Amino acid sequence: MNLIVLAIVALGAIGLISAVLLYFTSRKFAVQEDERIGQVSAVLPQANCGGCGYPGCSGFAGACVKAADKGSLEGLLCPVGGQPVMEQVADILGMAVEASAPKVAVVRCNGTCENRPRLVEFSGAHSCKVVQMTGMGETGCAYGCLGCGDCVAACQFDAIHMNPETGLPEVDEEKCTACGACSKACPRQIIEIRLKGPKGRRVVVLCNNRDKGAIANKACKASCIGCGKCVKTCEKFEAITLENNLAYIDATKCKMCLKCVEVCPKNAIHAINFPPRKPKVESAESQNNQSAPSAQATQETPQTPKEQQA
Amino acid sequence: MKTFKIGGVHPQENKLSAASPIREAALPKQAVFSMFQHIGAPAKPVVKKGDVVKVGTLLGEAGGFVSAPVYSSVSGKVNKVDAVIDASGTRRMAVVVDVEGDEWEESIDRSTELVTLADRPELDGKTIVEKIKNAGIVGMGGATFPTHVKLCPPPGKVAECVIVNAVECEPYLTADHRLMLEHADEVLMGLQLVMKAVGVTKGYIGIENNKPDAISLMKERAAKYPEIEVVPLKVKYPQGGEKQLIDAVIGRQVPAPPALPIDTGAIVQNVGTCFAVYQAVMKNKPLIDRIITVTGKSLAQPSNLLARLGTPFQQLVDECGGLPEDTGKVIGGGPMMGKALLNLDVPMTKGSSGLLIMKEDEARRSEPEPCIRCAKCVSACPMGLEPYFLSKLSAQADWETAENEDIVSCIECGSCQFTCPSHRPLLDYIRLGKSTVMGIIRSRAAK
Amino acid sequence: MSKKLVISLSPHVHGDDSVKKNMYGVCIALLPALAASLWFFGVGAAVVMLTSVAACVLFEWAITKFILKRDKLTICDGSAILTGLLLGFNLPSNLPIWIIVLGALFAIGVGKMTFGGLGQNIFNPALAGRVFLLISFPVQMTTWPDNAVDVDTDALTGATPLSLMQKAITEKDPSLLNDLPSSLDMFLGLNDGSMGEVSALLLLLGCVFMLWRGIITWHIPVSIILTVFAFAGLLHLANPIYANPMQVIFSGGLMLGACYMATDYVTSPMTPKGQLIYGVCIGLLTVIIRNWGAYPEGMSFAIIIMNAFTPLINNYCKPKRFGEVVRKEEAK
Repeated sequence: MNLIVLAIVALGAIGLISAVLLYFTSRKFAVQEDERIGQVSAVLPQANCGGCGYPGCSGFAGACVKAADKGSLEGLLCPVGGQPVMEQVADILGMAVEASAPKVAVVRCNGTCENRPRLVEFSGAHSCKVVQMTGMGETGCAYGCLGCGDCVAACQFDAIHMNPETGLPEVDEEKCTACGACSKACPRQIIEIRLKGPKGRRVVVLCNNRDKGAIANKACKASCIGCGKCVKTCEKFEAITLENNLAYIDATKCKMCLKCVEVCPKNAIHAINFPPRKPKVESAESQNNQSAPSAQATQETPQTPKEQQA
Repeated sequence: MKTFKIGGVHPQENKLSAASPIREAALPKQAVFSMFQHIGAPAKPVVKKGDVVKVGTLLGEAGGFVSAPVYSSVSGKVNKVDAVIDASGTRRMAVVVDVEGDEWEESIDRSTELVTLADRPELDGKTIVEKIKNAGIVGMGGATFPTHVKLCPPPGKVAECVIVNAVECEPYLTADHRLMLEHADEVLMGLQLVMKAVGVTKGYIGIENNKPDAISLMKERAAKYPEIEVVPLKVKYPQGGEKQLIDAVIGRQVPAPPALPIDTGAIVQNVGTCFAVYQAVMKNKPLIDRIITVTGKSLAQPSNLLARLGTPFQQLVDECGGLPEDTGKVIGGGPMMGKALLNLDVPMTKGSSGLLIMKEDEARRSEPEPCIRCAKCVSACPMGLEPYFLSKLSAQADWETAENEDIVSCIECGSCQFTCPSHRPLLDYIRLGKSTVMGIIRSRAAK
Repeated sequence: MSKKLVISLSPHVHGDDSVKKNMYGVCIALLPALAASLWFFGVGAAVVMLTSVAACVLFEWAITKFILKRDKLTICDGSAILTGLLLGFNLPSNLPIWIIVLGALFAIGVGKMTFGGLGQNIFNPALAGRVFLLISFPVQMTTWPDNAVDVDTDALTGATPLSLMQKAITEKDPSLLNDLPSSLDMFLGLNDGSMGEVSALLLLLGCVFMLWRGIITWHIPVSIILTVFAFAGLLHLANPIYANPMQVIFSGGLMLGACYMATDYVTSPMTPKGQLIYGVCIGLLTVIIRNWGAYPEGMSFAIIIMNAFTPLINNYCKPKRFGEVVRKEEAK
């Protein structure tokens, strides 16, 4: 009996002393933190992907609070959470948030095994960055996809996968948060974080080759040869520019008329997520100043990642 | 016997062409002169399509101080000035010349008799450096660093001796070996010119003792020059690395970057460079040809060819019996540090010390296994680094730690990967890490 | 040319060393000692050894295939066979088979595969297995059958030199040490113990083979043996109740541990300096545990403890960088 009492007293005393010590230490070393940071953090996705440009979600939360104190949340965007999360953040901080259009990663290369023959075979570490150090890589294209999947490894959202048939990565648009990790991982800067477009529809040059036309043409069947036909076709909207033998479509200016898709002699320009084309071309053209006609929108299948229109 | 102190490996030597005398290769039909045949700023083309050139005509002028001019090694007409795939595997600016006949610039002395320093008493250091610079001479061992830059030490640094790199530690290659056997006097004269250019009175020639004939011949010929010493070295790779050679010959170690080899007081020049210096200074001949070892286990005649720069590798292979059926890989340079070529249309350049044809069964890397932490890479590394760790850091993109672990000290000799029992691609990743970290350091310095 | 050329970054040749060569090299080095233990202990030894090796290989195969679901099976690399052999060497030759199987399961399952397989484990799997068995089945693990070739069997039934040594210390009676076999007998293996604890000579022979083939470097075995010799020698000089250092280094699992277990690639430090620190610490710990610990044998515990320190040693012992001497001089 004595022993039990002794044990209870001894343990109780130790517990009490520890509690007092803990209390004072925690008071002494307490870190004063703006409580809003915690609140903002709580609504963030906590993926810590770094897509916002800050080290992790708490870093971003801190930046948001600081920016709110200065009066504007402009330029701050959590690409993973997107608009809804930014609205919540703005709510907490008592700010208004500007609408930002959703973006998505686009692989600007269509150099499939068929389009772009492999001239040599690489043997070594399975990493695009390593292959890039050999110079051209396995194909005759110095700008195209190297196919080792550094982008796949960089993606935290399981949103990009290699297609074994084409040897190219494919973006799962449902999962893609446009954090830009894949774009940074690609040694050839093939992946662009691009406006998703109305209903996910967009027109993109799926090529990154800046070589002269003859060389680009020889390297790949689907390369942009910098002929400039698309630029001429788009004179009215000036959405297409040609730089270093490569055409680029400015997503903010593109009116989705799809004329460039038709004129491209190498089929390097692709219309993505558009419904399968009907034999009647006129209807699409007549309404090219608006977004896609509603009749076609109902047929749209957003699950299909790429519906290529040739 | 002397050698360097840390690490090193001993690959199979396979010096198949050691007994084959130097042959002159035929003229190509078309020669391609890359403007990127050296480290530093590229040369600037000074000819245009349709120009008529002779052997020794300037094609590209030096693009800066750390750069070298490019001369035509053939006579004919300029076909085009355009980007062409070269030995680096990338498309870069080059001058393409269609060959017609073999006309030489008159200023070049084509006689073979030996001109000694005694015949040209008027030569002083400055003139020699100037001539070397104008001849477009670069390090011929493969590093292709412009020679005149090495001969002008930065202010505050003083050269004490010149070391000739006659080690040829790369397996298969025999070009330097044959050069010493067949042009010993010219090499010695070239060394004396280099010594005079930097104003030193001590010269060493470091030769690995797997070339006893070269050692005895050089000793015999150097006997009349008391200031030149031939140093036999124990066979160990990478003895031909500049830092390792200085350590082996005079026992001094170059500190970590940004220190330069000149901090030890030594200037290292390759045997081939000495030969080229002799020809440039005494014979007025710019760098237009070099000796290249064309070799491989299944090649019909492994040979040492004296070939004009710009000759496509295909032609050199044809002169040695044609490309074997079982070819799996073609390497420009030696097997340890050479670069795999995309095809044989690539032209030879100033730095092409060898062309190695590997059989198909030895062309591919073995499947990597997990690291068993055996530390063999650590003991093989001649720079005292930890390759297993650096490779892991690079794969994980931890550049900060990699920098602290001295990744920039890596000389990319490949000893770690050569020795790894798990066949891990150590150097692939370390090289990636090194270039990234060097980029980070440069951008930091720019700020 | 129809075939595609291969491109890769340098180096384009390989030294032809492989994991298999190293693992099987150690196995070959163990063969003389294995033969000796079969001769000394007869059929029992063969049963223990076979069970241990077979169980280790089987568990590794089953775990990679069914639990980790890896396509590439690793049982051919020889590491499981080596673990089995080393575990077998650490067991008495009359141990029941089910205990051996349990030990193999712990060695491979917990000691190796939970960490991710070859190259990832923190502790030497064979030692993990042995220590597990020693703690779980102390009686079975420390009852040894008589050495069949032992000259004076009746004098020393079941008591190994190590337990005698410890008894001498606890009873403060140096005369007990007179019952120890001579150093020469112990060196040749004419004493009792686990299968790998008998012939120091043959174990050293295998060690020389491994040094010659470049499988291991001298740093770890030499530093362990010298430290034990020096420490035990000092104790012996100070007080005769501590055994003669020659008898200490030839007794128990010291040779096996120093040459084969402590030198395990995965769990030992990478740099020569780190290996020396590791070896000296193992030596000190071994003598301390043997003389003042609860168990007569301290080698396995000492190695396991130092295995845990290996990452720390790797962190602090960097190899000597090229040009470091100059750098230091300049700093002055």
